[in-house]
Amino acid sequence: MSLLELDDVSVTYRIAAGELPAVRGVSLSLDAGAALGVAGESGSGKSTLAMALLRLLPKDARVGGRILLDGEDVLAMKWGRLRAVRWAAASIVFQGAQHGLNPVRRIGDQIAEPLLVHGLAKPDAARARVAELLEQVGLPAWRARSYPHELSGGQRQRVMIAMALACSPRLIIADEPTTALDVMVQAQVLTLIKELVAEHGISLIMISHDLSVLADVCDQLAVMYAGRVVEHGPSGEVFHEARHPYSRALAAAFPTVGDPVSRMAPKGLGGDPPDPMQLPGGCAFHPRCPVALDECASLDVALWPSGPGRTAACVHVKAAESVGVAGAEEEGS
Amino acid sequence: MTSVSTARRRAALTRFWSEFRNHRGGLVGLVVLVAAVLLALVAPLFISENVTSVVEGVGEKWAPPSLAEPFGTDESGRSILLMVWWGSRTSLLIGFLAALLSIVIGLVFGVAAGHFRGWVGGALMRVTDWFLVLPSLVTALVLAAILGGSTFTIIMAIGITTWPSTARLIRAQTLAVEARPYIERSKALGAGHWHITTRHVLPNVAPLLLASTTLEVASAIVTESTLAFLGASTNRTSWGTMLRASYDFGAATQGAWWYILIPGLAILAVVMAFTLVGRALEAVLNPRLRRAA
Amino acid sequence: MTTPLEAAEPAAIQAAGPGDERPTYRGMLRYALSKAGGALFSIAMVLVGTFFVFRLLPGDPVRNLAQGRNMTPAQLDLERRRLGLDKPLLDQFIDFVGDTLRLDLGTSYEYKRPVLDLIGERLGPTLLLAGTGLVIAVSLGIWQGTRAGWRHGSRFDRFSTGTSLLLWSVPTFWLGLLLMMVFGVGIGPIPGILPFRGIESVDAPDGFAYLLDVGSHMVLPCLTLVAVVYAQYLLIMRSSLVEEISQDYVTVARAKGLRDDDVRRHHAVPNALLPTVTLVFMRVGFVVGGAVTVETIFTWPGLGQLFYQAISVPDFTLMQGTFMLITVAVIVMNTLADVVYHILDPRVRSA
Repeated sequence: MSLLELDDVSVTYRIAAGELPAVRGVSLSLDAGAALGVAGESGSGKSTLAMALLRLLPKDARVGGRILLDGEDVLAMKWGRLRAVRWAAASIVFQGAQHGLNPVRRIGDQIAEPLLVHGLAKPDAARARVAELLEQVGLPAWRARSYPHELSGGQRQRVMIAMALACSPRLIIADEPTTALDVMVQAQVLTLIKELVAEHGISLIMISHDLSVLADVCDQLAVMYAGRVVEHGPSGEVFHEARHPYSRALAAAFPTVGDPVSRMAPKGLGGDPPDPMQLPGGCAFHPRCPVALDECASLDVALWPSGPGRTAACVHVKAAESVGVAGAEEEGS
Repeated sequence: MTSVSTARRRAALTRFWSEFRNHRGGLVGLVVLVAAVLLALVAPLFISENVTSVVEGVGEKWAPPSLAEPFGTDESGRSILLMVWWGSRTSLLIGFLAALLSIVIGLVFGVAAGHFRGWVGGALMRVTDWFLVLPSLVTALVLAAILGGSTFTIIMAIGITTWPSTARLIRAQTLAVEARPYIERSKALGAGHWHITTRHVLPNVAPLLLASTTLEVASAIVTESTLAFLGASTNRTSWGTMLRASYDFGAATQGAWWYILIPGLAILAVVMAFTLVGRALEAVLNPRLRRAA
Repeated sequence: MTTPLEAAEPAAIQAAGPGDERPTYRGMLRYALSKAGGALFSIAMVLVGTFFVFRLLPGDPVRNLAQGRNMTPAQLDLERRRLGLDKPLLDQFIDFVGDTLRLDLGTSYEYKRPVLDLIGERLGPTLLLAGTGLVIAVSLGIWQGTRAGWRHGSRFDRFSTGTSLLLWSVPTFWLGLLLMMVFGVGIGPIPGILPFRGIESVDAPDGFAYLLDVGSHMVLPCLTLVAVVYAQYLLIMRSSLVEEISQDYVTVARAKGLRDDDVRRHHAVPNALLPTVTLVFMRVGFVVGGAVTVETIFTWPGLGQLFYQAISVPDFTLMQGTFMLITVAVIVMNTLADVVYHILDPRVRSA
């Protein structure tokens, strides 16, 4: 059985102007010990999806579908159960390490906090565990007494990782863990995550706009556009031979780290992400698509098989596969 | 080029208005405010300063509200309604002019402190901070007492004690504007201090200035009435001097609640109106607040 | 100060070891000293400003001092010499500074007594009234601001913000008059229930009953002061908390499995409290203005009323003395708030 299973998950924000669909029917699954990357532009719904996994979205968000963590539906949990699951079963490494740490509390206390909250350790044992965790992420134990502002961005992100490991969770959700870090530090942090996850057999969901980063760390890749998964498959294949034109654009972008322009609009792709309040009909990507057909404006796209263990939501894929499938049927008969 | 920028300004104005309309409080405030100003302006067409004269007081003294005198009369038989109407001229005039003075000083100090780096800006900030700590009401009282009570000195006293917060706001905004790349370009093209501040900084701080002026008028009206109540006032009738008289003549012990209530409600209504409009303007114009909302 | 440390990341910082905490404390001390220096400078500026405002502004100071009294030119000359006004301005200034530093604030024209003695008598009642008012206003404002900010947009929040804006727009003295009329004098058939003049009854009893008597006299002035002052504390706390809630670390705390109450108590509120309390004490000048008004209305025998009396006579020596004292007190409070904030908040401690 898979550790995490998303079944037709949707998130809608109720705002003054009406309903804003941020995630629209996402189904994914993640096996124990596996790593899944979720890619997409800002506003594609990938971070909203990550927050929905532990029901951390603001009150004006409505989550639909099912989120099965170890077979138990997170969305149906009572508050007490949900609190017990948070961090102990699945923890999060947040984006922007600047603000993820409480600026006026020592980092040791912040790492120990989940241990104490979940009753996993007494204060003394927690202190020892903090030292051990800091060691694991490559920071000296005395750093526990520092305040976040005394650390560099890379060190803060290491602290976040140590914090995420505190309760030995089975799943870590890393939301843009390397955004706003220098290239060198980014590589160090990625290596660290990769090693720790492999060492402890933790499953990983990593969210990023950078396909190359995800391809490096994850086994599976899901590309999101306008709240939907548009392509899914083994990460190497999706990265090197994407079937969806949007994935191709993302893969070709190689965005410059820290450059907001390349983050907002990958190279070779004109236009802006669609306004979620006014999504284009048919395939949401068709106004920006370099290979769009007339029918894309009205056709209901869905994830169609695009190869062994791969799916993509593009009319070209559907055409190719249906020919292929038709051919296979003919051969079989 | 002018037609383009005119069109752009008109578009910006339309957008601004459509956003402002969403703030119900601001809209109500605007209506009250416009009504108050219009009433004050047209007052001389209907009544004259005579309504405040003790000699002209013809009515019954301490008369409670009635059909003839909807808001009652004071200790000399003068009509509270007419006095509040006439007094609005002084209160609003001082409120507007004091706010204007305060904003002008604040603008000059703020832009200069933000534009000139180094010791000039530092010294200007020191002066601003010094004025900022001074307890403003106490200082205004001292100034008004020393300069003697005239409309002009009251305006000076309020203006001189309230500008520092505006200066800080404007300085922050100036720093933000001057950090933008096109200022660099402008400097490279040989633009001087005057050009940069008037052509680039001023238009960018102007919207915020509008919001803070509105709020400043509200607090200036309160300060004027407080100064008048504490005895530092012009001899003209204003809402503050009326309340002072009500206190001096023991309106509370006389049970003349209308004498205390009506001028105070006038202050409250106008000040609320300015505050609501100012907050709505701030919410529309200040992108940081807008994002938080 | 920490900039070079932060710039040399990351190996240099790790190598620095625990020893690098000491510069933080040294930086704190340096900060406190520089703030104290700034405060001294501000106080010096107050002396200079006071001297020039009271001496150089239009009008003959002696005539100002003697306002309303008939004096012959010879008497005026005598008075001028007595006050040292015949000396050159610089000498006058030096005398003034010397006297002030020796806490000789001159003699009140109205009371014929040293200004310092008068101030000493009035200090207690003011501290009692303003202190009590401040404590109530701060606790109430922070409590209500927390509730409003934590559930911003709720009905409680809208109600709180609305009342605050209303109270914010009300002139202090008018609110005082209303309260005095309703609860002190009484309206129509309803009698007043609370005293509204002075600090004690003419026939004040002794012992515990005396405390009750003073307490009952304090209700209305205190209520007025609190009502006006607390509204802005509420608004500051509310917006400060709303800002903190939007920070990522609050989401992290929730993700860790903390109860909402604990997230609020252990993370959001303490962090929002620091800037709020500082701002509260930074704006202590506002409380002073409120105290002057409130003491005047309720004839509370404090510094504010003394200042008011100095203005209405006018008694310039007394006005000058009380003005300087009030201003210096406000500057000192401000500086203390600033320094304490830097000690308590690690975010700005080393900035």
